[in-house]
This record gives sequence, structure tokens and C-alpha cells, in this order.
Amino acid sequence: MTTAPAKIEHRSSWQQFWTSPAMRKMRRNPLAITGLVITLLFGLMALFAPLIAKPSGNCVRDLHITDASQVYNPLSDAFRRATLAPPKSCYLIERLSFKQQPSPPTAEAPFGTVNGYNIFYGLIWGTRTALKLSFIIVGITLVIGVIVGAISGYYGGWIDNLIQRFIDVLFSLPPLILTVVILTILRARLMGGGAQYDPTVPMVVAFCVTGWAGYARLIRGEVLRTRQLEYVDAARSLGARDMRLILKHVVPNSVAAVFTTAVLDLATVPLSIAGLSFLGLGFEPGYSEWGQLVDFARAWLKPEYWYVLVYPALFIVLFSLAFNLFGDGLRDALDPKSR
Amino acid sequence: MLNFIVRRVLQIPVVMLVLSLMIVGLTQLLSPEQRAAPYIKSEQAAARLEQIIEQRGLRDPFPVQYGRWLSSTLTGDLGYSKASGQDVITTIRERLPRTLELTIVTAIPILLLSIWLGTLSALHKDKLIDQVLRVLVVLGYSLPSFVVGILMLAVFYAYLGWLPGAGQVSVLNTFALGDLHRYTGLLSLDAALNGRWDIAWDVVQHLILPATTLVIVLSASIIKVMRNNMLEALTSDYVRTARAKGLSSRVVNNKHARRNALLSIVTLGGFLIIGLLSGSLITETIFAYPGVGQWVVQAAIGVDLAAVLGFAMLSAVIVVVVSTIVDILYGVIDPRVRFD
Repeated sequence: MTTAPAKIEHRSSWQQFWTSPAMRKMRRNPLAITGLVITLLFGLMALFAPLIAKPSGNCVRDLHITDASQVYNPLSDAFRRATLAPPKSCYLIERLSFKQQPSPPTAEAPFGTVNGYNIFYGLIWGTRTALKLSFIIVGITLVIGVIVGAISGYYGGWIDNLIQRFIDVLFSLPPLILTVVILTILRARLMGGGAQYDPTVPMVVAFCVTGWAGYARLIRGEVLRTRQLEYVDAARSLGARDMRLILKHVVPNSVAAVFTTAVLDLATVPLSIAGLSFLGLGFEPGYSEWGQLVDFARAWLKPEYWYVLVYPALFIVLFSLAFNLFGDGLRDALDPKSR
Repeated sequence: MLNFIVRRVLQIPVVMLVLSLMIVGLTQLLSPEQRAAPYIKSEQAAARLEQIIEQRGLRDPFPVQYGRWLSSTLTGDLGYSKASGQDVITTIRERLPRTLELTIVTAIPILLLSIWLGTLSALHKDKLIDQVLRVLVVLGYSLPSFVVGILMLAVFYAYLGWLPGAGQVSVLNTFALGDLHRYTGLLSLDAALNGRWDIAWDVVQHLILPATTLVIVLSASIIKVMRNNMLEALTSDYVRTARAKGLSSRVVNNKHARRNALLSIVTLGGFLIIGLLSGSLITETIFAYPGVGQWVVQAAIGVDLAAVLGFAMLSAVIVVVVSTIVDILYGVIDPRVRFD
């Protein structure tokens, strides 16, 4: 009598991911899921900003179209350019008038205007600015942090000592203040050059200089632990070189530690940028950015101008709250100690 | 122990030296003309730009320039601030006490509130009050300080009109300030010591909104840490032993669990001082409070190098000194910490 061989259950990597303990825990957390959904909505809003807040003025010209509604055709070249790589002029808030005094919401400007700027346009495109910068900054700092941290932890000795003491020095200054110092110097240098420059460059550089050290610390700690594990010794005894050991064995097994931090930083970076922009250290006036719109509201605090403050504040708070709920849920899900 | 303290204290000047080397090095990105700004105090001086660059040796090699910067900084000469129209050191001396006053009235409520609420939350784990507090905590650290500040300003100053929204004292009282004998530098205290309770009350009213803003933003994370510490302490062996001995839950909670949970709150001192320093930039700007934070923001906007550098060095000194004290203090109160 022959028996059929036992069926091997085949599970795709997606199924494995979906049924992993962390995901199960995550799925049972309604707050985290709500946070994730809202965060994704913000992401969609950023990507499709040109469709939600129609291009106007120079933006229409720079997209080489004659009528703003042409972007709605998903097959057109204008749609692709507007959603993937909009020219800088699209990031400038649509200006409906030059009147300082706010005007209440209308069909043309659903959230009203302040200084003639269309608040709705500024918020939608501001979401795009915020998310774009935050992905660029977290991406760059993560790469630098992982490289430096891996070198520091893997080689140890004087290299490690040097890097760690340098990070101590960086940490002796509050991040916001270090950012302000770098921004001041970079802006002075770029302004002194007289040439046109991309307003996001000083911001990105300043945040990258400040941000990598935290990741490097975390990765180093993990690498110190990982590099002593048996499989690394095994690989080494098979003749793997340092480079291969670091890239193939040590780093992939250490990055999980910074994953949640990086996700949460995706939310804190836009808020810090908005804070600096609020102080007047961010972008030129009229660049779509949340902090600047809150700054405009400072002059119009009376209740009859509620829309100038309420909508920007709502955007920022909702974004931050959603991201933090998701991030907290993620941390709980990935933390084996939490119950 | 003594060894540890000495080594820790000796680290301070080394860190400061490396940091200053870095920051002063960064200014080399700027042209000598831009770097001459800290020495130009008047229109006439601006006309002698080239002469000042020569005189100050702003085209010299970097090590020479750094040496010069270091020696003048050590003698207390931090240059001239365009933003305040005074020397940097004079401005700091004038404004730092005001920021200190705001910091003190902020730090005390933060600590009391977070210890109280963190304990409360842990003792009623998963009950209604814990759930509510946890939501508030997430809300607290999700809210950026500039949004909280401006909402406070809109509600309590512009809408309700309960509290003043700008400055340190009312305009009427500014004339009386010259007559006060400054014992401590903290205006509310000095006014009270001079018997001018009306001014003291006025100053306190001006402090309420900025202080509340900072308390809301900074308490959240400390409440969370306190709650976690307390939860950990409550499940530990010595607490179980204490309960088994038949001690009342009040004694166990307050004497055994809370005392140990408080230990690691001390380590948050560094976090708190960083939060308060960065927070001062934003809250002082929103509420036009004339402290160092407001000045340095103006300085940064106007590319006032001397002011920004001076403030950066000042905050680094504060942070490094506070974290050194925290490290030492932690060793003193927790006998399990060994110094090696």
C-alpha cells in the first residue's frame, strides 16, 4: 500500500508576512490600523496633489499645458510630469490676490485665503513637500547611519572609539539648535552666491548632518551583538571577507532595530521642518509648506478668521497623530516584550 | 567614584573644544566678508570692511583663525550681535535669566505632573483612567509645540482675552522695572522681594501661556516613561515580598514601587533640558517673550553669525554640564551603578 506523500504547505512570502505574529498583533490594534489608513491617505494626497489642487499660473506654463484640467487625463504627459516630477513653480502657493486680509472659504479657495494665498493649495502641496523631504532625509540619514554604525560596531577598537566620541559631541547640542546653526550658515552661503537655489537643499543638508548619529548609535549596538553570533563565525570560517560579512550577514540582521525609529522619524521630520519654517528659517514666502501657513495665522488670531489657523493646525495634528498611532502600534507589534 | 567624577568633568572641556572646532569650521564655508559681520558695529565700520577683514585676519589659515576665536571666547568676547544691537555676551547676560525663569516655572510642573500621572496610569493599568491618559500622552507627543502655542494664543489671548499674549511684563509696568533692586535676576521673584506684588503677578500672568505650552508638549514622554517604570517596579520581586509581608498597598506603592520607578526619571534630566532649550526657541518666538530663544531665532533669520555661534556654545555647555550632573547623581542615588 502506498501513501501519498504529505503535501508540503506552500506559503508565499506575502502569506508568511501577513500571518507573522507581529502582523497579527498589528491587525488586532484598531488605533494602529486607523493611523495607518490616515497616513496612507496623506501619502495619496501628496502623490496626487496636482489633481486635488489644480496647477495654476507658472506651474501650468512649466508643465507645457494650456489648461490646468489637462492633468486629469491619466494618459497625458502632463499627468505624469505633474504627479512624478512637478517643476518648482508648482510648489509655489497659488496666489489669488495681493490682499493681506484673509478671505473666507469659497468654491475657488475651499479653506479661504491669507495674504492672498490659497490655503487649500498650500496645504495639499505642503503635504507633498513634507512627505517628499521626510523620505529624502530619512533615506539619506538611514544609509549614512547604517554605514557608520556598521563600521563602528564591526571593527571596534579605535575606529569605534573615534566615531562614538564624535557622536557624543554631536549629541551635546540639541538637534534643533544644531539644525539652526547649519541652516544659518548654509542660507548665508547660498544667498551670498546670489544664484537661484532649490529652497529644500539647506533643509535637507541640515537635517542629514544632525540625523544620522542616532541611527549609527542604534545600529552599532545591534552589530556588536550580531557579529558574535555563530553564523557569522561560520561564514568567516568559510573564508568570507569582512565586506561580505558586513553586507550579507551582520547588517541585514541588525537593521530591524532601527526600522521602527525610522518609521516614527518619517513623522517627526516634517514636524521639525514645519517648526523651523514657522520660525522663518525654512523656505521663501509662498512656498507650499505647513509651518509657513501656521506662521501666517499669527497675524489673524481673531475668531472671525478661524479658517486661517484651524485648517493648517488640523492637517498637522491629524498627520502627526495618525503617524504616531501607527508607529506606536508597530513598535508594540515588533517588540517581543510587550503584552 | 571620585575617579569617575573627575574623569567625567574633565570630558566637558574636550567635548566643548571639538564642538567649537566643528562649528567654527563650518563658518569657513562663508566668505571673509560675511564672517566680518560679527565685528561690524556701525555704519562707519561697514565702510571699513576690507580693513576689518585684514585686522581680524579673516583670510588667515583656519588653525590661526580658530586659535584667535578660542582666545577671545575664553576671555568672554563673543563678538557683536546685529539682532540685539549689543555684544553677544551682554545680550546673553540680559536675556538668559528670563529664559531661566520660564524654564523653572516649566520644569517643576512637568516633573510633578508626570510623576503623578505616570503612577496613576500604572496603578490603574487598563482601567478607564489609564486608557484616557494613554490617549492624552499620544496626543501630547504628537502635537508640535508651535501648533500648541499658537492655539493657546488664539484661545486664551485672542478669543477669551484672559491672559496677555506677548512679552514679559505689561507696557505700563516696564517703566517701573528700573526702580527694582535685582536680587536674583528672576523678575517675578525680584518684584515680589521689592514688595511690588502687582508687577510679580503681571509677570506670572505673562508666563502662564508659554509655560503651559511647554508643559503640554514635554510632559507626555515623561509620563510614558514613568508609567513603564512603575509597571516594571510593580511586578518586581521586592514588591511582591512587601505585599506578602502584609504591608498596605499604599505603603507598597509609594515606598517600594514608586521610589524605584523614580530612579530612572533622573536620567531624563538630559532629555528635559534639551527639550526646554529647543522649546524656548519656539515658545519664546510665539509669545514674544524676550529670552535667549527669541533672540537667537531673530539672529538666525538675519544671519547674525556671532549670536548663533554664541548661543550654540552656550546651549552645549548647559547640556553637557547637566548630563554630567545627571550621570553623577544617578550613581549617587542608585547604589547598584558601579563606576569603572
